[in-house]
Amino acid sequence: MTRWPAIIVCCFFLAGCVTNERTLYQRLGGEAGVDAIVYQLLVNIAEDKRVDHRFRAVDIEKFRQGFVMYICSIADGGCEYDNDSMRAIHAGHNYTDTEFNAIVDNLIRAMDAENIDTRTQNALLALLAPTYKDVVYL
Amino acid sequence: MRKYLWFLLVLWLSIPALAGSDRSRIVATGGASTVEGGAGGGIVPMAVLAGYGAKEEAGGALFLSALSTPDYNMQALGASWSWRNRVEVSLARQRLQHSALSEALGVQDTTIEQTIAGIKVRLVGDLLYTAMPQISLGVNYKKNHDFFIPAAAGAVKDSDTEAYLAASKVYLGGFFGYNLLLNGVARYTRANQTGLVGFGGDNNHQHKLYGELSAGVFYNKHWLIGTEWKQKPDNLSFASEDDWHTLFVAWFANKHWAMVGGYVDLGEVATLPDQNGWYLSLQGSF
Repeated sequence: MTRWPAIIVCCFFLAGCVTNERTLYQRLGGEAGVDAIVYQLLVNIAEDKRVDHRFRAVDIEKFRQGFVMYICSIADGGCEYDNDSMRAIHAGHNYTDTEFNAIVDNLIRAMDAENIDTRTQNALLALLAPTYKDVVYL
Repeated sequence: MRKYLWFLLVLWLSIPALAGSDRSRIVATGGASTVEGGAGGGIVPMAVLAGYGAKEEAGGALFLSALSTPDYNMQALGASWSWRNRVEVSLARQRLQHSALSEALGVQDTTIEQTIAGIKVRLVGDLLYTAMPQISLGVNYKKNHDFFIPAAAGAVKDSDTEAYLAASKVYLGGFFGYNLLLNGVARYTRANQTGLVGFGGDNNHQHKLYGELSAGVFYNKHWLIGTEWKQKPDNLSFASEDDWHTLFVAWFANKHWAMVGGYVDLGEVATLPDQNGWYLSLQGSF
């Protein structure tokens, strides 16, 4: 019984070894993969009563291209995201904690739909989570 | 009647699933329900608040737990409710069956019951979205309803208040790409065996600070493998009290159902040594 923790830890170490040197962008499926995730995210948002109204006045094509470019830049895809800062984009809208969670929820479901594995999802979410302070209640 | 009791209790657990639309916090961030009622693991609370309500919502949970060791059985059930991810209130009822101890002591009573009312306030931070851990302050009021054996064992009070500060953080991808949960608690208490053997004693009657830790790794967003350690007071000369350890697997099926199964090591409990056994908890939440 006392060996369980050691065995479990060993399993995770072995799983860690399998990770190769690909960039996060590649693990997300490259350009096609990120395009598909963002498209599915927009579909999910459109069906989500908590946030759909926030996107009514938004130029969806501009948002789509901007978010694809943003993911490409933070995921080592070789893009330079030179649009406005996260904070400047979201300031003045008073986006809520509920709405931020709703977007995260929709993004996770989009990645699930595109069969992105757990650790790749975690890596992208780890890069996006700190933007909370630049999005919510501004 | 007893045959239908479990059926009725599971039916009761499904009430939160009737809540209209899903609340917004991410699945598993409401934690499991501790045997004391508040959100956390099994025996160690966490800074997270019960249910899945974000800062514009409310959430909550109902739970049913059972623990069994060679000489003791315990059942707990309770409810918790949180408002705007700021404050959580909880209520739990515990029943400990201790036939072996009664036989050894030559007494009639074979159960001890305790009620725990708790409040927990999130002070700062967010489990997922801030670099700082989520930090909450909790207060429990505990009332032991069967004080005959605790009094004979040297416990001084049959009810008491304790406080704890909890810090919890999920490090996304923090364990070889898997999400890592770390949680630390400082509890200011004088409870003997969490209050089931009363409060204060002949060796020590002061509230003191005790540490509790839990850690876990999410295999994916539904499955958490974890462990807990709970430091305990040792107030009674009648019997030494050991720290508690658990090893658990939690399954968060969705925002309405969670199940925890675990192995517990309670050490020596009221003179009966080697109380190792199992733990099972069912939670309905919204």
